[in-house]
Amino acid sequence: MTLLTVDNLKVTFPTRTGRVEAVRGVSFTLGKERLGIVGESGSGKSQTGRAIMGLTPSQAEITADTLQFSGLDLLKISPRERRTLRGKRVAMILQDPKYSLNPVMTIGRQIVETLKTHEALSMKEARQRALAMLEAVQIRDPERVFDLYPHEVSGGMGQRAMIAMMLVCGPELLIADEPTSALDVTVQLDVLKILDKLVAERGMGLIFISHDLRLVSSFCDRVLVMYAGKVVEELPSADLRNAKHPYTKGLLNCLPTIGSDRHPLPVLERQAEWRL
Amino acid sequence: MTEPAVSVRDMRVIFDEYVALKDVSVSVQPKESFGIVGESGSGKSTLLRAIAGLNSFVSGDLKVNGKSYPAKGRDKTFYRTVQMVFQDPYGSLHPRQTVDRLLLEPLAIHGFTDTEARIARALDEVGLGNGFRFRYSHQLSGGQRQRIAIARALIVEPKILLLDEPTSALDASIQAEILNLLEQARRDRDLTFIMVSHDLGVISHMCDRLAVMKGGEVVETILPEALTSRAFEADYTRQLLVASEGFRRD
Repeated sequence: MTLLTVDNLKVTFPTRTGRVEAVRGVSFTLGKERLGIVGESGSGKSQTGRAIMGLTPSQAEITADTLQFSGLDLLKISPRERRTLRGKRVAMILQDPKYSLNPVMTIGRQIVETLKTHEALSMKEARQRALAMLEAVQIRDPERVFDLYPHEVSGGMGQRAMIAMMLVCGPELLIADEPTSALDVTVQLDVLKILDKLVAERGMGLIFISHDLRLVSSFCDRVLVMYAGKVVEELPSADLRNAKHPYTKGLLNCLPTIGSDRHPLPVLERQAEWRL
Repeated sequence: MTEPAVSVRDMRVIFDEYVALKDVSVSVQPKESFGIVGESGSGKSTLLRAIAGLNSFVSGDLKVNGKSYPAKGRDKTFYRTVQMVFQDPYGSLHPRQTVDRLLLEPLAIHGFTDTEARIARALDEVGLGNGFRFRYSHQLSGGQRQRIAIARALIVEPKILLLDEPTSALDASIQAEILNLLEQARRDRDLTFIMVSHDLGVISHMCDRLAVMKGGEVVETILPEALTSRAFEADYTRQLLVASEGFRRD
């Protein structure tokens, strides 16, 4: 079943020096699977996710032949309908819990806020649901964390809280934009494990946006590689070694790895025709 | 054994009540490339900054090329020998100075006279042409800024370069270019490197020896080859190694 259809998505920003095309015709479909979008800064990967989520700044122009989420035309629906989707059926995890959580609200209240926005339930029920969710992201002492402010918890804990907040309403589609890039490597794996388990158990579609090709390919079923606002290559994660596009190959090749002795490292020679 | 280029003995750094470095000792030989890995809060940057004189230490000894330095304050000759490159290329260049002015500053401080030629050569060495000379840092990309930061460090011809996560704010392809540039500079100038990173891959690529830090202590010091042959002891090193290999579904 197709959950999301994106066909020829374009996001353009007007600037003083002319129009900047951040996304230039991205197409893909997503079912209940894990899709990775990889690219370097400026490749348009985050803007693609934000356009689906409806978080593009208002001055930007979004066009697409199709932008459909389970039968709903995302380009046509009103902001009000958008709001009922956001947080309820489509949710997004952002990079840095330090900046993306509300600093003056306790973690528990932020989760409850999501719940109360979308569902009619009593404060007591909401609290129970929030606590259960905090437990599901493997926070050992949910009662305590419920009453903490974001600055009082570590990065890994903050990111778990964000995952809890985003999954508490049981979304069908989850967009994770660099969910672990701000975390320490050892914490990264714990957070990914939790995310992986919940996505599998609750059966949702996942778009995992990251700059880290290796990480994405180890986590997702399918990978889109973006360059200069376009998808240059799409491939199953298992076939990463057989990537054909020189950009994908170059990106894989330029990483220093343990146990290989390559001096100097191969660098990426960007070709003008990749942009076309 | 020759006199170490940098020798740190039982260094302790305390911020308010918090002990950031717990009696750390490291010794780096001349022309060696020494790496420090660890996660945030491990004290790796604090150690580097304490060597550079940006943090003071409460106890311990610091010797650079055999000369002892106090907990606070460094003289000019110290900075002729030791220079530092920081993580964030956006935050470490003066936003209202042109590249030319940025590179002139260290030359003026250290009393160089042939500034014109040196600035041109420094830009050339980091792979940026003279066309960059009168730009401001906001007109440069992250990779170009880091090149300027490296040029600024190298322009006074130091012997020791302290590198605090020099590539972690950069894209993978740009990271490769900067790492190559640093290696080239080290070969050409016989530099000693002390490089801090959270990325085990980068450190094992760049360094002859590496120290693993955790919670303000050095867990162990190993050769990069030990990572491949698994000839290390600490469980924490193994954790870091596993984490660097990516996600695995079990």
